[in-house]
Amino acid sequence: MSGRFTLAVDRIKCDGHGVCADLVPEMIELDDWGYPIVHAGAIPTSVLPHARRAVSGCPMLALRLQAIATRR
Amino acid sequence: MTISLLAGPPPESGMEPYAAHVRRLGALPEGVHDLLGAVERSELRGRGGAAFPAVVKWRAVASQPGGAPVVLANGAEGEPLSRKDRMLMEQRPHLVIDGALLAAQAVGADDIVLYVGADHSAAVRAMHRAVNERTARERARLRLVSAPVRYVSGEETAAVHFINAGVALPTSIPPRPFERGIDGRPTLVQNVETLAHVAMIARCGEGWFRSLGMGGASGSALITVGGAVPQTMLIEARQGSTVADAVNAAGGLTSDSDAVLLGGYFGGWIESATAWALPIDSQKLRAKGFTLGCGVVAVLPAGRCGVVETARILAYLAHESARQCGPCTFGLRAISATMGRVATLGSTAGDLEHIQRWSGLLAGRGACRHPDGAAGLLASAMRVFADEFERHDREHRCTMGPLAAVAS
Repeated sequence: MSGRFTLAVDRIKCDGHGVCADLVPEMIELDDWGYPIVHAGAIPTSVLPHARRAVSGCPMLALRLQAIATRR
Repeated sequence: MTISLLAGPPPESGMEPYAAHVRRLGALPEGVHDLLGAVERSELRGRGGAAFPAVVKWRAVASQPGGAPVVLANGAEGEPLSRKDRMLMEQRPHLVIDGALLAAQAVGADDIVLYVGADHSAAVRAMHRAVNERTARERARLRLVSAPVRYVSGEETAAVHFINAGVALPTSIPPRPFERGIDGRPTLVQNVETLAHVAMIARCGEGWFRSLGMGGASGSALITVGGAVPQTMLIEARQGSTVADAVNAAGGLTSDSDAVLLGGYFGGWIESATAWALPIDSQKLRAKGFTLGCGVVAVLPAGRCGVVETARILAYLAHESARQCGPCTFGLRAISATMGRVATLGSTAGDLEHIQRWSGLLAGRGACRHPDGAAGLLASAMRVFADEFERHDREHRCTMGPLAAVAS
């Protein structure tokens, strides 16, 4: 199946601003220090617009959408 | 046992010079036919800790676009409990260099970086001497680089970053070094022991290498045995032989022991009763939920407390965090501070629960595997030393007695 995505964090770029957890709480919560914990699995289609907004809203550009590898 | 890498002159004779190396083993075979195939059939896996199949890396590097590949022979050996890489380089530097030259030939690399921990001064000297014993043509391709003294220096992206920019800290992946490494070129990062095995496989064949193993395992492995043995010792074990065999080869136990730290600081604690019969075999260990890591067998001596030892290791790992990623920087710092209280019998309500919860939040949340390694070690300690944790936390008592308060 194509078109399935997950969220990936560049851990070195991420400074724990926490914007992502506000914009896509369905997929991201913050740990005790304010750094994102990304839920496992594909982003539901209905949540995808929020995820895209979180990607563009990250002040460190540390968040990206990643296509889930499909079997060849 | 000295069956392959450590065969030849005894350790006390020091570095084997090039002339003796060639007399004993013959010159580096030129143009080995199908070395990739031989390495594949040998089932050789990386000996830096991840036990990744060597041939998969080699093929990935060889088939990568982006210029002539580079080989980085990784002898940083930042793991405090390991001695194998530095002692191999001290005694058999020409096996490492042969292996690096063969790997370069197989993946089409021109340049080779020999990356050796700066604090392993005897190894640096031996490698330096060994490079100078080589022909001018070989020397032109070999570059000896000192790795900064730091736990993460040997992490493969950190090694590449250091060569490129002088900063021995991990970088975000992708790209992995096999895609874009030294000077942006595909780079094969391979532990020095792995390369030394290649030098033997090229000479004696993959069938011979496989026959060194037992019970379905292939080859031999360098193992550092420490703790409750007469002295920390490097041994060469047949893969598939047991942890007990390794301890016996190092002179046997000097005291009773309840637990063994297998695999080093990124490995895990195992009850001794279970550990003795385990095979020195990365794949069988993995199937049982353990790891051989970089080949460390550290036996906890009687009277020493696993909670205190674990707190000490976590304090070290927290200090050695590259401090680039939040979960590792802050998570390890918090775990280490709390573990320190538990170890020194000063824990407060909720400390154990915090440690438990935080340790579950580390894996997969760093650019490198530093937080994963620490979390694995901690989880194993909480399992194996569950009673001791209780004693520390609830009764404020320690196996080591009141000394625990100053020991960590």
